[in-house]
Amino acid sequence: MSQYAGTPAVARVRRARAKPDVPLAMRVQRLARAMWKHRWYYLLLIAPLTYYLIFRYIPIWNAQIAFKDFFALKGVEGSPWVGLQHFEAFFNSFYFSELIVNTVIFSLARLILGMPIAIILALAIHESRFLFFRSLVQTVTYLPHFLSWVIMLGLLLGLLSPSSGMINEMIKAAGGQPIAFLTSTAWFRQVVVLSDIWKETGWSTILYLAALLGISPDLYEAAEVDGASRWRRIWHISLPGIVPVIVLITLLRLGNILDVSFQQIWVLYSVPVYSVGDIIDTWVYRSGVLDFQFSLATAVGLFKGVIGLILILVANSVAKRVAQQSLF
Amino acid sequence: MFRSTNRDEWGFQLFVNGLLLIVLLIIVIPLWRVIMTSLTPLDVYMRGGTPMFQWPWEWSFAAYEQMLTHPTFPRATLNSVIITLCGTALSLFLTVPLAYALSARTLPGRRLIIALILFTFLFHVGLIPVYLLVAKTLGWTNNILAIIVPPAVGVTNVLVMMRFFEGIPEEIKESARMDGANDLQVLWRIVLPLSKPILLTIGLFYAVHYWNEFFTPILYLNDQNLQPLPVLLRNILIGQNFSEYVDYDVSRAASIESLKSSAVLLTMLPMVLVYPWIQRYFTKGTLLGGVKE
Repeated sequence: MSQYAGTPAVARVRRARAKPDVPLAMRVQRLARAMWKHRWYYLLLIAPLTYYLIFRYIPIWNAQIAFKDFFALKGVEGSPWVGLQHFEAFFNSFYFSELIVNTVIFSLARLILGMPIAIILALAIHESRFLFFRSLVQTVTYLPHFLSWVIMLGLLLGLLSPSSGMINEMIKAAGGQPIAFLTSTAWFRQVVVLSDIWKETGWSTILYLAALLGISPDLYEAAEVDGASRWRRIWHISLPGIVPVIVLITLLRLGNILDVSFQQIWVLYSVPVYSVGDIIDTWVYRSGVLDFQFSLATAVGLFKGVIGLILILVANSVAKRVAQQSLF
Repeated sequence: MFRSTNRDEWGFQLFVNGLLLIVLLIIVIPLWRVIMTSLTPLDVYMRGGTPMFQWPWEWSFAAYEQMLTHPTFPRATLNSVIITLCGTALSLFLTVPLAYALSARTLPGRRLIIALILFTFLFHVGLIPVYLLVAKTLGWTNNILAIIVPPAVGVTNVLVMMRFFEGIPEEIKESARMDGANDLQVLWRIVLPLSKPILLTIGLFYAVHYWNEFFTPILYLNDQNLQPLPVLLRNILIGQNFSEYVDYDVSRAASIESLKSSAVLLTMLPMVLVYPWIQRYFTKGTLLGGVKE
């Protein structure tokens, strides 16, 4: 980009972009004319923008109760301000570190374990020459992405139920004691991470496969002529070809590190495993909806939202610098 | 030289496809297990649990029969169908105009609107402020609007559709405008007929979302008669008072595990039927546009 910096073309673009020295009245008139020309588009925007205003921006307005003592009778606006009291209560509570630790552990485990598996699967799909088998594998491995976590619970009980689950039947057949995987603090995290990998790995290969398809076949042909083995071609051509995608996805995941699938945890967890399974979102649900601590729960949700926004913006600017791409 | 590369190639293909076969089995086995459990007759189950394999003539459909003849399951299915159809219709009704308007690059205010929408995508204030709006301000407790309206527009879906509309050549739209059509008519007569694949894909994505939704129904609907299928399934899977959901009658020859498994599969069924249609489009890369080029 920079080698064009002084050229006449760029100067022309700059001049065109700079505000021309026309009087304000004329600019308003031009804008009005442009808006009138697009009147039908604005008509189309009325319903969607009303939706956004009500269902996306009113909740942001409602989030002010994080700084108030919310009473249902007084409403959002009428409740008294209390400053940062709820945030302080959250930071000083014992569950603060527990929630953050659980949330980050789930995110990192999915990233560190799930991503290499997805890359290996994508490479294997890309290298397979049996087209029918390849598309069968794609079809079957994408399917779990579309299943809800309730259905996943059904599948997991079929495997893990202490009385009738397949894995526990194997343990019993081998002479062991059945394990209550879903209610055991020693096993709950493994179940969460592995079931997520089972569900989402196939789907997440799509991005890697798209990047692999984008690699020029000439590179592979040239390597073949040079006598490079399959493995060397993967190592020197395929992997470097998907590095930008790997970097982007890693950054995106790190930016969303506080976002663990709420529905997954909520369906799978129970009181005995709160200490290892409770995440920020499930805690917000319980303390807000079930215990009516609306202000405290909102403060915790807002805290997560602000940290999440900062992280994703940082991740985006790093992506721009490192991979010359932005995430959104 | 050729022979040795051929042998290398075969060994390599054996390894790669062996790996794929293992992955395939890991995905299939849990599904297979549930299918087998749902079809195991009670007497077989009592003797030794679910067998790994049974011939079709040994299958028992008693569990499915029991599920479908009790009024609860068909009613939950109907609720799910209503939520899915209304939700998808509303989603498209909001997503299509938004994406179409934003695909007009000359629209004054376009960047501002995109920024406002992206902001809501990046900044979440959590569950409670939305809950207060829906349950308290709007008073949509025990109203399926609470399930249908709040999640109606997905930002990624808007962006994917916007990119698709941007790809429709300007000349086609311009020629329609020359014939005196306004932008609304251009959308209806020119753009939408050209956009069937993307409408179908995004529509199916919304439909899958609504079909799977179980948390908001639990949050907003107390009335058992309004609950959709996934909520019923969850109650069946974890519930103690099983008899409320099915006629649990031993003489009808299905174990509790069979009943649970059949409920899982019946809930999955529409998804599995619709899935080949979605898959046709997403493998073509239709959906990669929104991820950012």
